[in-house]
Order: sequence, then C-alpha cells, then structure tokens
Amino acid sequence: MKLLLIAFTLCLSFALHAKVASNTSADPVLEAKMMLIAEELRCLVCQNETIAASNAELAIDLKNQIRIKLNQGQSQKQILDFMVQRYGDFVLYRPPLKTTTVLLWLGPFTLLAMALLMLVSNVRRRRRSVLPSALSDADAAKARALLAVPPQN
Amino acid sequence: MTSTTFKRFLPLGIFIVLVGFLAIGLTLNPREVPSPLINKPVPQFKLAVLSAPDQTIATQDLAGKVWLLNVWASWCVACRIEHPILVELAKTNQVPIYGLNYKDKSPAATAWLANFGNPYVASLVDGDGLVGIDLGVYGVPETFVVDKQGVIRYKHIGPVTPEALRETILPLVKKLSAS
Repeated sequence: MKLLLIAFTLCLSFALHAKVASNTSADPVLEAKMMLIAEELRCLVCQNETIAASNAELAIDLKNQIRIKLNQGQSQKQILDFMVQRYGDFVLYRPPLKTTTVLLWLGPFTLLAMALLMLVSNVRRRRRSVLPSALSDADAAKARALLAVPPQN
Repeated sequence: MTSTTFKRFLPLGIFIVLVGFLAIGLTLNPREVPSPLINKPVPQFKLAVLSAPDQTIATQDLAGKVWLLNVWASWCVACRIEHPILVELAKTNQVPIYGLNYKDKSPAATAWLANFGNPYVASLVDGDGLVGIDLGVYGVPETFVVDKQGVIRYKHIGPVTPEALRETILPLVKKLSAS
C-alpha cells in the first residue's frame, strides 16, 4: 500500500513537471527575456508573487502574451505599458514614482528624518541638563573659603 | 496647551493616528484593485456567440445603449453565488446583460446555463481569455457597466451582491440611461 502511494506521488510529481515544461518555449534566449519582464509584473491572483514565480492560470496566460509580444519585436517598455493599461500600476512589482505614490516612496524617509531630528534635539537637551553649570565668581570664592578651612573634628 | 503637556501626549497622538490608518486598512479589500479602464472605452472585440457559434458580436454592435458585461465561467464557483441575482435582474428588463464566457469549454458553459438559468442577452466566447486580458480581468466573476458611448463607467469585482446592485449598479444604470 505504502509502495503504491509512493509510486502514485512520484507519477504525480512527474505529471506536474511535464505541465510546467510544456509552458516554456523552445528558445532559451526568448525565455530569458520573457522571465526578465515577468519578474517586473505582479500576479494579481496571488498578489505577493511575480508573474515569473506564479503558476496561476492568469500568470501563464500573461507569460504567453509576453512571449508573443517579444516575438513581434516589442520592447520591454511597450509590454509593461500594455500590462499597466489593463491592470493598473499595481501590476508593476516596483511601483513608479508619481504624484499618487509620492507618500509611498518618500514617507519612510520623511519618518526617518523626523526621528533623527527628534533624537538630535533630545540628546542636546539631555547634555545641557547633565553638564554642571559654571560656578559664579561668588560661589567659587565661597567654595575656596570652605576648602581652605580644614574641617573640625 | 503648554509645551510639556503637548510633549506628554505626542506619543499617544502618533499612536492614535497609526491606529486610524490601520483601522481603515482593515476595512479595505486588497483583492479589489482599482481598474485603469474606468472611463475608458470598452476594448475592441469580435467574439462568437455561445448559443450560435457562427454569429459574432463586436464592440460597436453594442453602442447606443447602457449594458452590463458579466465575466463568467462554468468552472467559477463564485459565479454560482451571483448567478440567481443576475437571473432575477434579467427578468426585470432594466438593463441588458451580456456575458463574457471566460476561458471555458462551450459545451460545459451551455450545460451550466441550462442548469442555472440564462440571464444573458448573449454570451460571448472568450476561450483563450485574450479579451479577458484586454479587460484586465483577474478574478472571475467581474461585472462592468458600459454607457451608451461604449465607455466603461464602473467595475464590480467578485460576485454581484443585492446591495451592490441596489446601491451602486442600478442607480448608475438609471443615471446613464437618462443622459
């Protein structure tokens, strides 16, 4: 029984393998180009994966679209534009810098700058309160007088 | 407010703002990606009709009226949820519904309609899903509202609910039909 199960799983893994292999084209140069573009695109079905990494039905279709367009001689930019026109900026794995995405790009740096400013001002304030204030002339004279008289007992 | 009380409450203020952002984030659905096709013309297509494969319907054939485009497939489980709602809507004759039979096998699709009812004026066969890609479809079912000029005015992602129909889609259809 166990042996059968193992045999079955092995067959299954081969079958799955065959399916993946059938989706790649024969030309390795084209395939490499296609994957380079697919790395830039988000799979909308499985949002945290690129199309290159995903085996979702839609990702496979879009990879085929990229192959067709590469064969037609389209550039990477043309293909990415094609995708953005249909799926929006979200399809790009690296969001573009636009007015709507400024906060996304600059927000973290603004927060970092604010935190640094707060840190600097805090450190300065603390140093001022910790450092002993300079003695006035009168206090210095008083201190000298006290030190000059040897303590009794 | 003095500067010391301000400073004392500053962390609390930042925390409240953060909680506010996170609370809004929780109510958003990350699956609903705004479509760049809103207020753009419906992509050009010319597709065979499911019930009569020798006939075709093209984008320009549908000009001059407000219509719904519902992307569906017999393999799509969520489509079964919305289907009775579409069948009911079709009975009221408020707006013609056209189906885009997305990446489906036509015999399975025909059987599915025979089983669950056919709310569509016509279903267009998009077997290889190319028109689906032009429409930016990524999760079936999706429903588009198209105006008289053939411009997409609204896109509903996922099963159409009675609330979405009542509160958004039908008022929009009424408004577009009147203009």
